[in-house]
Amino acid sequence: MTEITGAVEQGNDAELALDGSDAAISIRGLTKRFGNITAVNQISLDIKKGELFGLLGANGAGKSTIIKMLTTMLTPTEGEARVWGHDVVKERNLVRSSIGVVFQDPAVDGMLTGRENLDFHGRMYGMDGELRKKRIEEVLELVDLVEKADEKLEEYSGGMQRRLEIARGLMHYPHVLFLDEPTLGLDAQTRRYIWQYIRNMNEEKGVTIILTTHYMEEADSLCDRVAIIDNGKIVALDTPENLKDVIGSDTISLVVQSGAEALMQSLRPISWIKSIIANNGTIELMVDHAQSRIPEVMQQANRCCAKITSVGLHEPTLEDVFLKYTGRKIRETGSHANSMVARMHMRHG
Amino acid sequence: MMKQDLYAIYSIWLREMLRFFRLKSRLFGSIASPFFFLAFLGVGFGNGASLPGIPKGLAYVSFLTPGIIGMTLLFSATFAGLSVLWDREFGFLKEIMVAPVSRIAIVLGRTAGGLTTGILQAVIILISGILLGMAMPSIQGFLTSLLFMILIAATFIGLGLAFASKMEDMSGFSLIMNFLIFPLFFLSGALFPLDRFPGVVKDLAYLNPLTYGVDGLRYSLIGTSAFSPALDLAVLAIYCSATLFLGAYLFENTEVK
Repeated sequence: MTEITGAVEQGNDAELALDGSDAAISIRGLTKRFGNITAVNQISLDIKKGELFGLLGANGAGKSTIIKMLTTMLTPTEGEARVWGHDVVKERNLVRSSIGVVFQDPAVDGMLTGRENLDFHGRMYGMDGELRKKRIEEVLELVDLVEKADEKLEEYSGGMQRRLEIARGLMHYPHVLFLDEPTLGLDAQTRRYIWQYIRNMNEEKGVTIILTTHYMEEADSLCDRVAIIDNGKIVALDTPENLKDVIGSDTISLVVQSGAEALMQSLRPISWIKSIIANNGTIELMVDHAQSRIPEVMQQANRCCAKITSVGLHEPTLEDVFLKYTGRKIRETGSHANSMVARMHMRHG
Repeated sequence: MMKQDLYAIYSIWLREMLRFFRLKSRLFGSIASPFFFLAFLGVGFGNGASLPGIPKGLAYVSFLTPGIIGMTLLFSATFAGLSVLWDREFGFLKEIMVAPVSRIAIVLGRTAGGLTTGILQAVIILISGILLGMAMPSIQGFLTSLLFMILIAATFIGLGLAFASKMEDMSGFSLIMNFLIFPLFFLSGALFPLDRFPGVVKDLAYLNPLTYGVDGLRYSLIGTSAFSPALDLAVLAIYCSATLFLGAYLFENTEVK
């Protein structure tokens, strides 16, 4: 854990000016303790304007606590953070007017309709009647809820509530949008819709977005940069591609019925194969750009008359990266299933 | 105060109104128990059986109605203050707290909502009392009683808010009901005159802001009171500022986990 963390933590306060004008968010030594438990431990980080940034970690890693400090919901125990140039402790109201937030747990009034929830929000952000009306229609359209607008939120499904909350987070044109587990507990189709909204907001409207997730695919496909959070610390920080490069090569697995020895002999001299491991009728080749190498491997097999019954390809995923830095798989952390159930209860309860 | 804060006060008040009138069961539920107290006790003790300490010739229902108005305000206002707990439980508190408005505007919005619903219920009880035989108050008396109603409601909204800001979940709710709200009600002289209490209990009643509220309501509505109305007003105003300040202060510093 290594070069990357080192660089982040060494980014000493003097060098990286706290009012760095190109940073949407700058965090220095941010810490939160609850009694004896240190939920967030000395985090330092800069997020650029216009970036789509991901905090990836298991439940309880400290992601939500970071978000709550940045959104002024919790006061840091130590350290400093600025959002859009404003201090999260001393200039809370300026922070609040720069951001939109979609919290992990639902934060809607079930007894009010979708439109009323949005109307409430608009007033709280000082929008006058005409502007509210216009924006409500716009954001409802964006998340495809125009027809449901006058139903009470308690009648909404979990996915619809989530979409309304995302619409609400955008309604007042925030500079920075925080999304805490935006797709937790949603079905695959709804998740893809929401990814699309998030991408559009970031690319077309230029909104800086910080999202937390424990879904690898989400971090990988959406985020410009990802910070892996474990036990309240950043253990890795880079673009998804660079993070995966740290893991290294792709793996081509060949199940060989006959002629394995000959095939190994013929593959050994090839320079782009980094290593060859033979194991019980399977040959594993470590290579870069595996997809474009498979044809050549097959030609070699033909040439030396080896009979291959199956070819497998494994590219490094963020899951591998997570495993490397934290020593476990993200889904092994147990609390995941429970929190899903809890969330379902909240939704339907 | 900024325009945005005024919008926020209105927004929070409006939400309270929408919720209050949308949930019919809450509307009727909150008015039912004071109404039953008023109807059964008022009619039951009604004729002839005048209690010691009640001025001769005053029907018990006339004596009781201001007390039950006080009860209605005590319950509805404390509930309104404690409703922060519901918002915390169901997550909506985060939506309120993350908005760029001053915390005092949030407190004022809630207070305005609680005042409106509380006084609406109090007026319904007043009308019920009149229908059950209480003498009709003068216009001036009614207006004076409104002032006392506002002070009583604001006092207990502040108190509820203070408790809700310090509580993390709903588990303390029944504790507050049983060990704070009911004692405040019974020790206020709402049901019978304070002279009926033994010494120590009477001292406790003198510490109770509702005692002065009920007394002030009696002065305004039926023209009889244990203390001078000026004293009632002064004590209540002090309590009201204190609890509202405390509620606002604690709410300002509440964290949303």
